[in-house]
Amino acid sequence: MSLLTWKSWLGGAAMLLASSAGLSAEPALVYSVGGKFDGSFNEAAYRGAERFAAETGESYRDFEIARDAESLQALRNFARRGADPVVAIGFNQASAVSGAAADFPDANFAIVDMVVDAPNVRSVVFREHEGAYIAGLLAAMASKTGTIGFVGGMDIPIIRRFLCGYREGAASVSGDVRVIFNMAGDTPAAFADPARGAELARSQIARGADVIIQAAGGTGIGVLQAVADAGKLGIGTDSNQNGLHPGHMLTSIRKRIDTAVYANFMDARAGAWTPGVQELGLKEGGMDWVLDADNRALVTSAMEAAARAAEAGIAQGRLSVHDTMRDGECPL
Amino acid sequence: MMAGQMPRWADYILMPAINVAAAFFVSGLVVLAIGENPFDAVRILVWGAFGWNEGIGFTLFYATNFIFTGLAVAVAFHASLFNIGGEGQAYVGGLGVALACLALDRFVPWWVTMPLAVAGAAAFGAAWAYIPAVLQAKRGSHVVITTIMFNFIAASLMVYLLVNVMAKEGSMQPETRTFEDGGRLPLLDTILPGVDFGSAPANLSFVIALLACLFTWVLIWRTRLGYEIRTFGANQTAAVYAGISPVRITIVTMLISGGLAGMMAVNEIMGSQHRLLIEFVSGYGFVGIAVALMGRSHPLGIVFAAILFGMLYQGGAELAFEMPAITRDMIVVIQALVILFAGALEHMFRPTLIKLFGILSAPASRAA
Amino acid sequence: MSERLAIELEGIDKRFGAVHANKDIHLKVAKGSIHGIVGENGAGKSTLMSILYGFYHADGGEIRVDGKTVTIASSQAAIALGIGMVHQHFMLVENFTVLENVILGAEGGARLGAGIGRARAELKRLAADYDLKVDPDAVTGDLPVGLQQRVEILKALFRGADVLILDEPTGVLTPPEADHLFRILRVLRDEGKTVLLITHKLREIMAVTDEVSVMRRGEIVATRETSKTSMGELAELMVGRRVLLEVEKTPAQPGAPLLTVEGLNVRDGRGVEVVKDVSFQVRAGEIVGIAGVSGNGQSELLEAIAGIRPARSGIVTIDGTRVDLAAARRDPAEIRSYGLAHVPEDRHRMGLVTRFHEYENAILGYHRDPAYGRGAFLDLDAIRDTARAEIEKYDIRPPDCFLKTANFSGGNQQKIVLAREIERDPAVLLVGQPTRGVDIGAIEFIHKRLVALRDAGKAVLLVSVELDEVRALADRVLVMFDGRVVGERAPETAESELGLLMAGAVQEAAE
Ligand SMILES: Nc1ncnc2c1ncn2[C@@H]1O[C@H](COP(=O)(O)OP(=O)(O)OP(=O)(O)O)[C@@H](O)[C@H]1O
Ligand SMILES: [Mg+2]
Repeated sequence: MSLLTWKSWLGGAAMLLASSAGLSAEPALVYSVGGKFDGSFNEAAYRGAERFAAETGESYRDFEIARDAESLQALRNFARRGADPVVAIGFNQASAVSGAAADFPDANFAIVDMVVDAPNVRSVVFREHEGAYIAGLLAAMASKTGTIGFVGGMDIPIIRRFLCGYREGAASVSGDVRVIFNMAGDTPAAFADPARGAELARSQIARGADVIIQAAGGTGIGVLQAVADAGKLGIGTDSNQNGLHPGHMLTSIRKRIDTAVYANFMDARAGAWTPGVQELGLKEGGMDWVLDADNRALVTSAMEAAARAAEAGIAQGRLSVHDTMRDGECPL
Repeated sequence: MMAGQMPRWADYILMPAINVAAAFFVSGLVVLAIGENPFDAVRILVWGAFGWNEGIGFTLFYATNFIFTGLAVAVAFHASLFNIGGEGQAYVGGLGVALACLALDRFVPWWVTMPLAVAGAAAFGAAWAYIPAVLQAKRGSHVVITTIMFNFIAASLMVYLLVNVMAKEGSMQPETRTFEDGGRLPLLDTILPGVDFGSAPANLSFVIALLACLFTWVLIWRTRLGYEIRTFGANQTAAVYAGISPVRITIVTMLISGGLAGMMAVNEIMGSQHRLLIEFVSGYGFVGIAVALMGRSHPLGIVFAAILFGMLYQGGAELAFEMPAITRDMIVVIQALVILFAGALEHMFRPTLIKLFGILSAPASRAA
Repeated sequence: MSERLAIELEGIDKRFGAVHANKDIHLKVAKGSIHGIVGENGAGKSTLMSILYGFYHADGGEIRVDGKTVTIASSQAAIALGIGMVHQHFMLVENFTVLENVILGAEGGARLGAGIGRARAELKRLAADYDLKVDPDAVTGDLPVGLQQRVEILKALFRGADVLILDEPTGVLTPPEADHLFRILRVLRDEGKTVLLITHKLREIMAVTDEVSVMRRGEIVATRETSKTSMGELAELMVGRRVLLEVEKTPAQPGAPLLTVEGLNVRDGRGVEVVKDVSFQVRAGEIVGIAGVSGNGQSELLEAIAGIRPARSGIVTIDGTRVDLAAARRDPAEIRSYGLAHVPEDRHRMGLVTRFHEYENAILGYHRDPAYGRGAFLDLDAIRDTARAEIEKYDIRPPDCFLKTANFSGGNQQKIVLAREIERDPAVLLVGQPTRGVDIGAIEFIHKRLVALRDAGKAVLLVSVELDEVRALADRVLVMFDGRVVGERAPETAESELGLLMAGAVQEAAE
């Protein structure tokens, strides 16, 4: 192939790119490693974007990265095409967001689960430990054995903070409640290993746990399955997982990434998008716990009342949940 | 078995080209099956990798990783050792880089940090290969098994260190603080006048990788040690006869292999991420096996194979971006096809090609 | 029986780059005959047979099997046509058992279990019919070369070969073993099978073949009825000149001992004692020959002295340097540095890296020699110069030091090893089977070199299963049986007496 035809051939590709670049001002979404349909985190973001599309009839663009190094490229690609805003999901995209935000000062970016300090970035973070507190409280009250379990994914700070909130919640019911906890592993694969999750859950059950929370993404699916199989109670996280095993799900602690994405898209559409840090907890509705037909029968009125009281206490600042990332080691 | 006859250029250039073409052909069928135009797909892929400056920069960046991990596998191959622990060795190599950078970045310029970071990467990577090497040499525990187990141990070790020891205060992410300028390698486009790779992180490591190729070539084909490595790899009985200690060669070769794998971390950590973070190796160590196979364990072949895989990574990302129907997983399928054809099915076309050359050369020799 | 042809070759031609290995070969082999092929190293014998066996593709020409023109594209095709081959260099999987090797490639479908059962029975029958005894469950790599070859023969017979090609089958056998093989071949012929036999030993040609063809530089220069030719004529046809079939040497003038072995005990990989309390000396200016049926500890003896094989106990003194062979750190390189060179019995397994260029093999074991490089680096020019000089001196063909070693003919490979070890001018030379697979012209040359080394005041320890060779070269003969030296004799001792010693018949008498 001569140089000339080679060039025009590639030129064709450039044309192709240009044509798809024509649509500007669409909002865009870059998922974290793990894929759009990961059953929790990314999927929640996807649902938020879909809700936006359904309500407004407008389109959006999204992209799944295979590794972190692709993130910067994807963000820049969207920014160059005028996408507004460009929302990145996951703390691992933080440095990419700060890079892209610096390169494209006129574009708007958002990042979920991490703070990036830049004038054109909105950072959305959650106080997961507040949700965990409620979970611990409900678990302790629901337990007949006085032993409750926790299966985390990868052993990283964010999961440890969640664990600490859970233990505090449990301790608030009674100092005698025993919390057994395990992490599934040391690699991101620990978030995608249901078999391992089931195994850990079974061993916790063998040691007396009768309510187990999962904070382990895909691994958690196995945890909840094992718990249901053993006739015990499970607690879901991130999205509403009550429907997975109705009658065996005490509740689900939701992290409203969907709302965060939806709000970002809607704000931009209305011209009301602002940068800055948004910290979302129980008070802002960024975290909540689910009470629906699937678990109604399992939550006694005493439990509901206690949970609501704690919720109100946290929201009003009367009750503060230990944040391991800000306040240091878990006191328990 | 008596080897068939084929000119060297055919073995080194034609064969891989045919294998890649076959992989692309099958990939094209897959693309067609999901209702996209395979020609457009190839065009976007090639354009994404080579058609614009930033794309080239990314391609070179990925290729740098593959050169290091490919060389690591190749050196071990020459001694008939199958080091599939490049993943873990590179990961631990990152620790060496990070320690050098964290210690020095605030006090000295990058060019002072660099040699220490490179040495740290090589030393830590080599150290991680040392235990499997000793187990193989002295106990006969197969390196295939032990190196892969050490990949897992490396992952656990690094997470432990990053979460409990090295993480910066109050960060959600298991990672160290970001290095200052003294811990950052210059980007390639800042060194080369008139080149602009946009935001691509292609950096000085690419040059280090090329030097590593040269080093490997000299080592294998021009030194006494390389001679011993190749003898040991080709015929262990003859190696013993020649006074080459299997224990020593196994260990030394694995150390070099691990060191090369570890140096991959220079590119990622000091060249691009500027901090030590979890899982930064993300499969480059394994792809190194395919790169070494495809490059026939020769440094020059490895450079080309690494660029090919760099192209697949970079162009593939671009393709997934431009053709939403082609998902991330599809790109993985295409990469896997290339590995399959270049590695596992390497011998599929070989006999035919040898026969073809036999037929082509026959009339010529009769005329002579 | 008379003139029905099993194999007809018409104008077979084959080139390897510049080497014209086969030139317009015409050959007719009668059904039910034993046809010998002789020729110098590199004459193209193995190549021709490889073409017949489907390993190589002829550039031109025609092959007829049983009168039908065929193309033999692969060894499977050859086997299907009833052609079996026993290779010059064994093609056995070393860590398979004998049985597994025999059925390899002929497993008979997916149901391996049943196939193995049948194979075991068949193997038993073949072993009984032809007196080819091998333990079917022995690990092939552990067997001595002699037995490995039986496995090769069994393998071909197992596949029901009608035409059996044997490429230098007797190179590894003792005369009685060779006689045994020839009995088998005659039985095969009488059953109507056809045998193509390549050998360098004209005695064998005379003893067993019906017809013989002589190859030289890729061509068939003559075909004779065996009964109407002589060894002298064949030798001349092969080499193109008269060949000395005897070794010329003056009486030895032995000096001080250069090699002393004391109390050597060696166990093999399975813990069996293979060398038992062996002590002897080799003095400067003498060749000591070790005679014995293969597998009586000679190979292990050489390997232990060279430091390759661990010894349980034993001291060697090489040119004044004492080495405890039982010490934990034995290092062949160290022993070599005291002035010992070693031509191993099995050049393929030990003496060469066949994947290497010729010049790379020219320094195997000497690659740390300062002459071949500076510091860590190799000096390729110096190495190639050495290789070229050796090629020239030993008439290694083709004279191309860049050629892959595997692509040299068997005899030329042997010369590569010999040249490397002898040219280092060692004080002590250990040689195992120096002329295995070497043509008569080259044998003459190698013998002269060994004698010259002796006359230069060096010590040579020669192990050979060729009793003739030992008797012709050695100044003293040690006979080994069952790991022991059972006697020392003068080389002039009658063959029958040595034969009895070798068979262990007079072991007690010697003790
Ligand atoms: N694969 C190959 N590539 C290049 N040259 C080869 C190859 N095989 C054989 N030759 C060359 O062809 C010639 C004939 O070799 P061949 O092995 O047929 O000899 P031979 O008659 O069997 O010798 P010997 O008695 O030593 O076994 C030799 O010069 C050899 O080097
Ligand atoms: Mg031959």
